[in-house]
Amino acid sequence: MNFTIIIALIASAFRLATPLIFASLGGTFSERSGVVNIALEGIMLMGAFFSVLITYLYGSAWLGVGGAILVGIVTSLLLAFMAIHLLANQVVVGVAINVLAASITAYFLEMVWKRSGQTTSLPKELSLTGNPQSLAFLEKIPILGDLFSRFTPFVYLAFVAVGVSYYVLFKTPFGLRVRAVGEHPRAADTLGINVYKTRYICVMISGALAGLAGATLSLGTISLFREGMSVGKGFIALAAMIFGKWHPVGAMFACLFFGFTEALQIQAQTIGIKLAPEFLQMLPYVATIFALAGVVGKATGPASSGIPYEKGEK
Amino acid sequence: MKGEKLIKKIWNSMKFPLIAIVLGFLVGAIFIIASDNSPIVAYQALFQGSLSSFSSFGETLYKTTPILFTGLAIAVAFRTGLFNIGAEGQYIVGAISAVAAGWYFQGLPHLPLIIAIVISGALAGALWASIAGFLKAKIGVHEVITTIMLNYTALHLSNYIAKAVLNPQVLEGTEKKAHTVSLTDAGKLTKLNEIIPQFEYSSAHTGIFIALAMVFVIYILLFKTSIGYELRSVGKNPDAAEYGGINKTKNIIISMAISGSLAGMAGAVQVAGLLYKVSQTPNMPGYGFDGIAVALVGQNHPIGIIFSALLFGILSNGSRKMQIAGIPKEIIGIIQGVIIVFVAADQMSKILEKRKKAKIKPKEGDEK
Amino acid sequence: MSNVVEMKNITKIFPGVIANDDIDFNLKKGEIHVLLGENGAGKTTLMNILYGLYRPTSGSIFINGEKTIIKDPNTAIEKGIGMVHQHFMLVQTFTVAENIVLGREPQKGLSIDMEVANAKVREISEKFGLKVNPEAKVMDLSVGIQQRVEILKALYRGAEILILDEPTAVLTPQEIEELGVIMKNLVAEGKSIILITHKLKEVMSISDRVTVIRRGKFIDTISTQDTDTDHLAELMVGRKVNLTVDKQTKEFTGNKVLEIKDLHVLDNRFLEAVKGISFNVNEGEIFALAGVDGNGQSQLIEAITGLRKIKSGMVFINGEDVTKYSSRKIIEQGVGHIPEDRQKRGLVLDHDLAENMILGYHYKEPFTKKLMMNYSEIHKHAKRLIKEFDVRTPSENVTAHSLSGGNQQKAIVAREFHKDLKVLIAAQPTRGLDVGSIEFVHKKIVEARNNGTAVLLVSLELDEVLALADRIGVIYDGRIVGSLDAKDADEKKLGIMMAGGTINKVEGGEDI
Repeated sequence: MNFTIIIALIASAFRLATPLIFASLGGTFSERSGVVNIALEGIMLMGAFFSVLITYLYGSAWLGVGGAILVGIVTSLLLAFMAIHLLANQVVVGVAINVLAASITAYFLEMVWKRSGQTTSLPKELSLTGNPQSLAFLEKIPILGDLFSRFTPFVYLAFVAVGVSYYVLFKTPFGLRVRAVGEHPRAADTLGINVYKTRYICVMISGALAGLAGATLSLGTISLFREGMSVGKGFIALAAMIFGKWHPVGAMFACLFFGFTEALQIQAQTIGIKLAPEFLQMLPYVATIFALAGVVGKATGPASSGIPYEKGEK
Repeated sequence: MKGEKLIKKIWNSMKFPLIAIVLGFLVGAIFIIASDNSPIVAYQALFQGSLSSFSSFGETLYKTTPILFTGLAIAVAFRTGLFNIGAEGQYIVGAISAVAAGWYFQGLPHLPLIIAIVISGALAGALWASIAGFLKAKIGVHEVITTIMLNYTALHLSNYIAKAVLNPQVLEGTEKKAHTVSLTDAGKLTKLNEIIPQFEYSSAHTGIFIALAMVFVIYILLFKTSIGYELRSVGKNPDAAEYGGINKTKNIIISMAISGSLAGMAGAVQVAGLLYKVSQTPNMPGYGFDGIAVALVGQNHPIGIIFSALLFGILSNGSRKMQIAGIPKEIIGIIQGVIIVFVAADQMSKILEKRKKAKIKPKEGDEK
Repeated sequence: MSNVVEMKNITKIFPGVIANDDIDFNLKKGEIHVLLGENGAGKTTLMNILYGLYRPTSGSIFINGEKTIIKDPNTAIEKGIGMVHQHFMLVQTFTVAENIVLGREPQKGLSIDMEVANAKVREISEKFGLKVNPEAKVMDLSVGIQQRVEILKALYRGAEILILDEPTAVLTPQEIEELGVIMKNLVAEGKSIILITHKLKEVMSISDRVTVIRRGKFIDTISTQDTDTDHLAELMVGRKVNLTVDKQTKEFTGNKVLEIKDLHVLDNRFLEAVKGISFNVNEGEIFALAGVDGNGQSQLIEAITGLRKIKSGMVFINGEDVTKYSSRKIIEQGVGHIPEDRQKRGLVLDHDLAENMILGYHYKEPFTKKLMMNYSEIHKHAKRLIKEFDVRTPSENVTAHSLSGGNQQKAIVAREFHKDLKVLIAAQPTRGLDVGSIEFVHKKIVEARNNGTAVLLVSLELDEVLALADRIGVIYDGRIVGSLDAKDADEKKLGIMMAGGTINKVEGGEDI
């Protein structure tokens, strides 16, 4: 195994981890406030499609990214409204959103491109699959330059998002309130904190991040949208969130680990790994089950996650 | 008098699913209009295409078969207060072990072989679901998360087995295929058109009768046996069940195992009736998720599930007919999604009702 | 001294219940004022009104002489009122300081200034002698310390008036003593305290004045120094409607049916709730355990019936060691159980009445044969019981939910009495019932006793205990603090023992 392969492997791991990081941060915000977000998968798909659509229509990739975030927020509002106001079963709503997202994206794909399966590729000047110009100087760094040349803008953004999420959740008054609402909503309520509003904001943040994760999958990887392209990534993100113990930095490491296993699996032949790729694919899920079972340090989520909050009556 | 009451009871439990279905079709109509088509033409194509003749009904039946199983599977879990989102994975392990049973017992005559295939699917599903059941009962890990993780684990495991264990290359020495070996003819379920020629080209098979038999079995189990009594008691009020000498832990595991066995059977019957082999795929089969909708729309009642499974069977069969009529087939997914959203809201109506009651009832021991 | 709080003519009506009936209450600056009354007397309701959790149906509130409408807790906090609830409102995974500043966080730029928060909490804590470490995680703290965190929460928000709702219910005697010191410190710093309790000993040791309410009505406000526990007990309990139960005296065989030996049981928080209890219940005898709620009764019953793990000690039924038996095996020993919370434990509310009336023996013939349930037998059984026990219901097909509380209880009693009862455990069997239902349940319990069943009655109602019991034990703080023959007992004696007082103290752990 030579050096180039190692660099390629690491770069690939980072790129594969990027959408997972966004989505698992999204999941973290949502669950920290007490709303289970099974819909990450569907919201990612929405983001993936609409970022390509908007880029295609308006000729700006960054506008596409913005569109993905917006669409993510809109989609998440369905979950928020059902889960928070209508006290619906959050898992059922999540499943519904996943079904809806798969169909709606395919529907618009057919409407706009008059074809099914996948969109046409976006022109090269509209792609976000390379290292951004403004950071080109990083490529001149000896040894590591090669690594940076393989990054996309999303990779940098993901790490910024981890830092910001950590700061917001654990250092600001807002974060303290979010965590209180997810742990003991009634206690927060008695101190005058608006439980519903807090949960809405968090679910929307979660939608924005999952939408961004979707844009990473399409714009940031292959410059086109393919039906069902999130293939379980939303659930891996969920796994990463649990594996990272509902902490942004923990989730990031889990995503990097899962990204690395995926990279290994893609490059398995080049490296000469004998292990069947299916077992590498299984790893995130099996690891999460073990984490939940307490084999590798018990993972316990926010105490009130998944439980609708009913305001008391007078 | 009694008849009236029964009708009222049925109406009350059907009200919300029906509203959800109507809303689903309404939203679907909006998307159809947006695609420059007529909803009337589209829905006509949908229902004609799936109900108008024996053969089109046959197509609907074979689409109905797996989701009847998975819907039932999820309903059993719901009845015990568990959310088995893992029917997907239990289906997968059921399917792959059906192929395995078909291969290893291939010398058997038709009926015993079919029994072996179905039972092995059921056992695999039961075992797979029991992992989640066990973790829930013993450690208190939420079954939703574990079953989701088990879904993808099952998918990749099945892909591996299809590639490296049950592949024709391994077992028959042919070249490598992207799927497992096929069942021998003795392991295949009879097509309905062999019995009733009017079914013509449709792929309907006798698996639907196995599914209906399971509906009957589950109905009896849930409502006529002490096992069902205990499962339902744990589901409705675990504290009271415990007080009545019912073992909560045991019942959670039993419930998951029964649920998993039904989902596993779905996979086995799908293999024996239609697919005859398992292919490597990156995608979930989707029957487990559809089963959630089927169970909810059917109000977790075996009889209700027959109708809701049929509805979803019609939808999924009709989608092709709609496509032929020039209407995007995705409309169907949208209708399904909307229906699920609204049946989820039906939980809310129950909560509202409870609240209303709580308000009317005088408070006892208010000081507590 | 001026009144910081004046509540005038407060009435609060809940649908069907008058919780507060024209109550007057006032609090002077710098005093500790006890609000005394039995469970259900309306103390907490009154204080919830003061804290803005409920709106009064009528009446007015003056804070510092100014008429105030307290529409929510935020208004109350603004007016300098703080409340420490009986059930703590603390985020277990947070530190003490995080819990305290939540919602009013000191900031440095965009961040929370935790240093300032910690310093502030430490400062308040030291000022009032609370001795709480602001950086400790709440889940690592004892209940007593958690309570101080709740007090700190109120103080941090500038509370001048503190309401403490049954603060001692969850504390150990030593913690109670420490709380007393803290309260004195608070008062010394000019705070005023309202203490809700039903324990007379505390009243005497800590308060300046007492207001007694009974069944929603104001009884009296008196200076503590002008009264004693006997007088207070009388005011608190009052003269109730005399319940008449037709009960003949009889000879007891002295056969021990239920034997409890040095039982220790933990509660949900893994604290010892039952601290070494021993007693026997004989054939054909009603042994009543009197006591204030939360003194270990629930855990004791759950342990005996196999619903809670026993830490140490033994339980015998007719000489058989059943300590490690499952709840089903215990039922099979002939144990009937009327649970204290009929909706939580006693019934599956969504099942119909017929299915509820076999719970516990549903798996036995004739109801189940080889796993198959025989619904015609089940319905016949339900119909018979409904008739025999006069359960008012349109039929056995309606859900248990749709029945009134009294009829739900009758259904439970009917089901339990259908067993071949060797032991009957009745926990607050008449709570929330109307007079007719109460008489009925009492009659049935006496009937069981006359038929030779050993009855363990756990009740918070003294008149119920006195009307039914052959022997009485008083439970306090997880121990049986005294036991006496029903002939020698009266309300006053029992009331004092229940409140932790002593008259003829018998140490727990002894064979009574």
